[in-house]
Amino acid sequence: MADKNEVDVIDGKQLQDKYLREEMMPHIFCNGCGLGNVLDYVLWAVEKEGLDLDKTVFLSGIGCSSRIPGYINADALHTTHGRALAFATGVKMANPDLNVIVFTGDGDCIGIGGNHFIHALRRNLDITVIAVNNYIYGMTGGQVAPTTPEGHIGTTAPYGNIEPPFDMCEMAKAAGATYVARWPVFRPHQPINSIREGIRNKGLSFIEMMSPCTTAYGRRNRFRKIEDLWAFYEDKTILIEEYDKIDRFGTEEEKEELDDKIKIGVFKRSTRKPLEERYRDLLEEFK
Amino acid sequence: MFWDDKMTTDLEKVKEVLGPKKQFVHGDTAVCYGALLAGCDFYGGYPITPASEIAEMIASLMPKVGGVNIQMEDEIASMASIIGASWTGAKVMTATSGPGFSLMQENIGFAYMSETPAVVVNVQRSGPSTGQPTLGAEGDMMQARYGSHGDYQSITLSPNTIQETLEFTIKAFNLAEEYRSPVFLMISADLGHMREMITIPDEVDLVYRKTPKVPPEEYVPFGKGKYGKEKVPEFAPFGTGYRTYVTGLTHNEFGFPATDDQQDHDKLIRRQIEKITDDREKLTDIEERMMDDAEIALVSYGIASRSALGALKIARDQGKKVGYFRLKTIWPFPKKKINELSQKVDKIVVPEMNTGHVYHRVKEYADCEVKLVSKIGGEIISPKEILEEV
Ligand SMILES: Cc1ncc(C[n+]2csc(CCOP(=O)(O)OP(=O)(O)O)c2C)c(N)n1
Repeated sequence: MADKNEVDVIDGKQLQDKYLREEMMPHIFCNGCGLGNVLDYVLWAVEKEGLDLDKTVFLSGIGCSSRIPGYINADALHTTHGRALAFATGVKMANPDLNVIVFTGDGDCIGIGGNHFIHALRRNLDITVIAVNNYIYGMTGGQVAPTTPEGHIGTTAPYGNIEPPFDMCEMAKAAGATYVARWPVFRPHQPINSIREGIRNKGLSFIEMMSPCTTAYGRRNRFRKIEDLWAFYEDKTILIEEYDKIDRFGTEEEKEELDDKIKIGVFKRSTRKPLEERYRDLLEEFK
Repeated sequence: MFWDDKMTTDLEKVKEVLGPKKQFVHGDTAVCYGALLAGCDFYGGYPITPASEIAEMIASLMPKVGGVNIQMEDEIASMASIIGASWTGAKVMTATSGPGFSLMQENIGFAYMSETPAVVVNVQRSGPSTGQPTLGAEGDMMQARYGSHGDYQSITLSPNTIQETLEFTIKAFNLAEEYRSPVFLMISADLGHMREMITIPDEVDLVYRKTPKVPPEEYVPFGKGKYGKEKVPEFAPFGTGYRTYVTGLTHNEFGFPATDDQQDHDKLIRRQIEKITDDREKLTDIEERMMDDAEIALVSYGIASRSALGALKIARDQGKKVGYFRLKTIWPFPKKKINELSQKVDKIVVPEMNTGHVYHRVKEYADCEVKLVSKIGGEIISPKEILEEV
């Protein structure tokens, strides 16, 4: 991975001035929410990759995370709940010259949008998907999501969630994404690098961002303060390289501890011709 | 077409791909021919009887004219994909039948809210639910009017021959572009699968959505139209530097969410409705036969209107003063024309392949007696059944 500009040529304030829509401020995110971090990381990645915002479309479904494109000064399609990837398929297939970046929430992506998610992965269009996982339905006030850990409280699981949670990255890997990564929001460098790599990857890149939601999730699950959630994620996560090492060479006790961990890092890098390129080949046959 | 050269249509190329000028084809084929002649760049669909032939023929024709075809994972996604494609400036279409039409409704609402040009073809079969998949009906006429939630005005066309199906498909594209709106083409399975001779037109009048000529700083994406209709704002395709935020939330004229203000919502939705209802008279399209001295009018549309024509001939042979009054545009409803008609005749008979979707609308605006002749179950209403009310 070759870094084009290792040195930041602009600072945070200049980044905001360059990319944000002032008219949309103040934003709707709660104190302590990780969505601001996600937005910031995406903008840094866009800046460092030198993406032309006149040729970039941001799409999203419905939810707190899906409000992100509204703050970016670019073409954007804020669609219906769960359907952003189906809309994105139309955008990219109709004009493959456009850069396409999709924001989605965990409920949006793997709950109501699960079917579109699988098929977008299978098609492997050259798009970048940022799935913000706050382990809950945030916008509607904290109902249990398909990602909520077992035993955790949601407003519709007041006695604790009895369903096993979904791992979106496992699905992304299995169904055909060509780049898959997961990072918590509390450190900027790895997420920014992953988003950059995702933008560069010719195919569907899936990046899951673990993002704290104190309002709808933390509060009910004994993470009253934002620091508590950050500490929980810090404790829960393990780098994939570390995980693999313990899995192969670790003691029994060390291995047992793995059961409880959430793997983070880059899970998959591969190459597969994106759908729009396959369609281009088909069109060539009729020229 | 689209991938190379945006917002133009190579009509000569399309005609070359379609082949002989005169052909014996069914309604589903006529839809495809009409779409290509209208400059359709993008089709996203999902198979369903009796509309699958449209997806199949599009799949074979689209690459030949340089357009895009994609089979999506369901009809929710089909509708989503065509809206996404439309925002890049493409002319777009999908086709389905009742069950798929129901699945599309949420995103059809999004198309209204975001003022996205799109053509949706519904080759109707008997419902509700899976119903009679292979048999014809016209039971989705109200779904074409009120299928999505909230307030909006539908444009819905209903042809009754294969030639007209081709022509109305072109018209549907032109209206979608002119009004920045979804447009529905409703045919029954009978028309979809019936064959007639068609003539491919030499010339086609094509409409393209108006794009802004002002620089991006001055562009107001959901404000007043400058070069066409005042209530239809100019459309800046994605990637052209105008940086439009498109949302299904209630928005102000800049496209930004305005979800808490009664007046913002009222202003937005009423403009979206009025851009179509202001042109109600222009959109009204009626075929009249033997209406001069008629005392009874057969108000019909779609496949049932062919039986109404049969009934007209028999009734006239019997010396009865019957006239034929066929609605080619169903929505917006031609309320003025129906009211004027009811001043002239003593009785209106409405034959329909449903339990009375348009009948109730006719009753609402007519000042004379109105009778419904309703038939469901997949058999076309017969002239004899219509004559029982004459
Ligand atoms: C069809 C439909 N069903 C339900 C909703 C209500 N709804 C809005 S946001 C949301 C949950 C969003 O959760 P998630 O995708 O995890 O995003 P978050 O708000 O947590 O970022 C729901 C259920 C809707 N808008 N549309």
